[in-house]
Amino acid sequence: MAGPRYLADADVLAVAAEMEGLTIVFHQASGQTHILAPPAPQILAALAGDAGDEEQILSRIGADFDLAPAAPAALAARLAELEAAGLVHRP
Amino acid sequence: MTAAARELTGLLTDPARAGEVADWTALVSAARAESLAGTLAWRLAGVPLPREVERLMEDARRASETVRVEALWEAEMARRALAPLGVPVVLLKGTAYAAAGLPAAEGRSIGDLDILVPARSLPEVERALLAAGWEWVKEDAYDDLYYRRWMHELPPLIHRARDRMIDVHHTILPLTARPKPDAEAMIADSAALGNGLRALAPADMVVHASAHLIADGDLAGGLRNLWDIDRLLRHFAGADAGFWAELQARAGHHRLWRAVHRAARLANDLYATPIPESWRIWDSADPLFRARMLARDGWGRQTARGLRFGFYVRSHLLRMPPLMLARHLLAKARR
Amino acid sequence: MKHVFRLKVGPVAFRIGSDWEAPLAQLRRLYAGYPTPEGICDFTVRVEADKPWRRRLRPSVAIRGDYVLPDAAPLPLAQGLLAAEMGMNLQMALGQRRYLLLHAGAVERDGQALLLTGESGAGKSTLSALLGERGWRFLGDEFALLGLGDGELRPFPRAVSLKNAAADLFADLPEERFGPVLSGTPKGTIRHLRPNDAAIAGMHDRVPPALILFPRFGPERPAAVRPVGAAELFMRLTQASTNYVALARTGFDALTRLCRSVPAAAIDYGSTEEALALVDRLWAAR
Repeated sequence: MAGPRYLADADVLAVAAEMEGLTIVFHQASGQTHILAPPAPQILAALAGDAGDEEQILSRIGADFDLAPAAPAALAARLAELEAAGLVHRP
Repeated sequence: MTAAARELTGLLTDPARAGEVADWTALVSAARAESLAGTLAWRLAGVPLPREVERLMEDARRASETVRVEALWEAEMARRALAPLGVPVVLLKGTAYAAAGLPAAEGRSIGDLDILVPARSLPEVERALLAAGWEWVKEDAYDDLYYRRWMHELPPLIHRARDRMIDVHHTILPLTARPKPDAEAMIADSAALGNGLRALAPADMVVHASAHLIADGDLAGGLRNLWDIDRLLRHFAGADAGFWAELQARAGHHRLWRAVHRAARLANDLYATPIPESWRIWDSADPLFRARMLARDGWGRQTARGLRFGFYVRSHLLRMPPLMLARHLLAKARR
Repeated sequence: MKHVFRLKVGPVAFRIGSDWEAPLAQLRRLYAGYPTPEGICDFTVRVEADKPWRRRLRPSVAIRGDYVLPDAAPLPLAQGLLAAEMGMNLQMALGQRRYLLLHAGAVERDGQALLLTGESGAGKSTLSALLGERGWRFLGDEFALLGLGDGELRPFPRAVSLKNAAADLFADLPEERFGPVLSGTPKGTIRHLRPNDAAIAGMHDRVPPALILFPRFGPERPAAVRPVGAAELFMRLTQASTNYVALARTGFDALTRLCRSVPAAAIDYGSTEEALALVDRLWAAR
């Protein structure tokens, strides 16, 4: 089953600063600042200008991140947070 | 009328007169009090100014850009919440001007998000917004009943995370007001913006702005609302010679010709808006409206208290027949 | 308005109008030696009657101006000076768009600035004023103004507002530097202190920030120092800023630059002397 697809602005990570393993993102579309811990920035990078469902997201970032074994549940939780913050949406 | 308010309207109309300003502090205080500081700053862009004044105008332009981004973002979040419903969502006022890229949006202050949706869609719109993080501002039974029965909007909602208000309208004037605009036609004739939302057609936009200024309010903030009308009229009439006739017909259809006509005369008077010769008639009430709008001094204070109270009572009379007004004031007094 | 006082503090010019002469006379005395702005004023403050009939009858002072809080409570006329001070703070907190405004005290030594920030009641105001009398140059006790393009601080040496027992720490200073005793205010007894001549003379010099401290006062708390990393610093300073969001990208750029280049620490102290010793030690090791 494919599930919902998500999309982030192509330039969502264009204004960002790394500090102590965290990514501070200035989101240009909203003017809001978000402090993100992994894997949220990697999820954003995977969806920037390129929509995908959970499976596609996992395959795009899977090589870099050890999300297993709770991967699907953890990913769904991160996506819900990113969607509430307006950083990703369903196209 | 005060010199500061008159100087403000004069400078907005003709920025080249910046060299004549004697007291910039007074002018800026009046502009801030009228929510026109950003507008003034954009009008003065490129005009030679004293250095400290120029820096203050840069600050105001920077501030208005943030306001614009935040307003458009709030509209986008509402769009995301309402998109699954498939109902037309029409942006109103400042957010609409910004989303449509109209000159009225330049430097404009924008507060709440105002949207217009079909009356029959109200329950599902309300549910979708509540599910997406908006909540009622006040849980007061009387206010709630008042809004639902008599007003042209849902009780105001505020987003719990972003702390921004949304006003959901299903028509553009309270149901108690005597003019009954044709909201269905307004929605049907609205135009799609690139972003999945809609804006009123040009003539309806002017009708709404005029109703908002003349028929719906106590004229507080009137200079800003009248500036919107000036910008809209210049823009639409400049692009289409048939606009005036269309506007008059459309205003008649919505029973708001008197408001549109008066707004156009006032804009012509205060902002030198070009209007048709035949529209320039003398009206005994115009000087009162004019004085009310210019009741702001160089300290940012309102002047002409008596006039202000008169317009407050008038705004309630316009919205409600007398018996209903009595019931409303009684309920307010009891709380 | 009937009575007017214009005042320049660092880069910011205020116009203060009042229905009464008394609060402005107190302001003039408190800010003796400060420059008078020549051109436009950035902000207007109105110290005016709450209601028209309150001009004479139990005079009650509303804090109004270009930027207002709808629910700001009026004060009795005897506290008109406080109303003017609060009005200036309000304009800065709500209207400042040229500098990143941090709720912090600041002092200078060796051409560099120390910022003291943290929750109210932590002692940043008192500490910065004390340091300003002990070899440091006082830059401000309430707001630090960070340049958006250059990352340098602009001094903003307003009068220090000393609450309750804090005034005792400054008992050896000349009486003429103090404002009237304002008792029964919403924050207890308040006395304002004019910064010293060095602070006033240097109010137009820019100072690069070199150290940020978050003091926390607790009588039974052992003195302690904990380094604050860049990400935590960023988070804390966004909370300490009233205009970070309004400045959008420029605010983000200025704040990330500050957090990456300036070390920060949280310090716990049980007495003023302990705090001053900690500051000296950390400053030397910065």
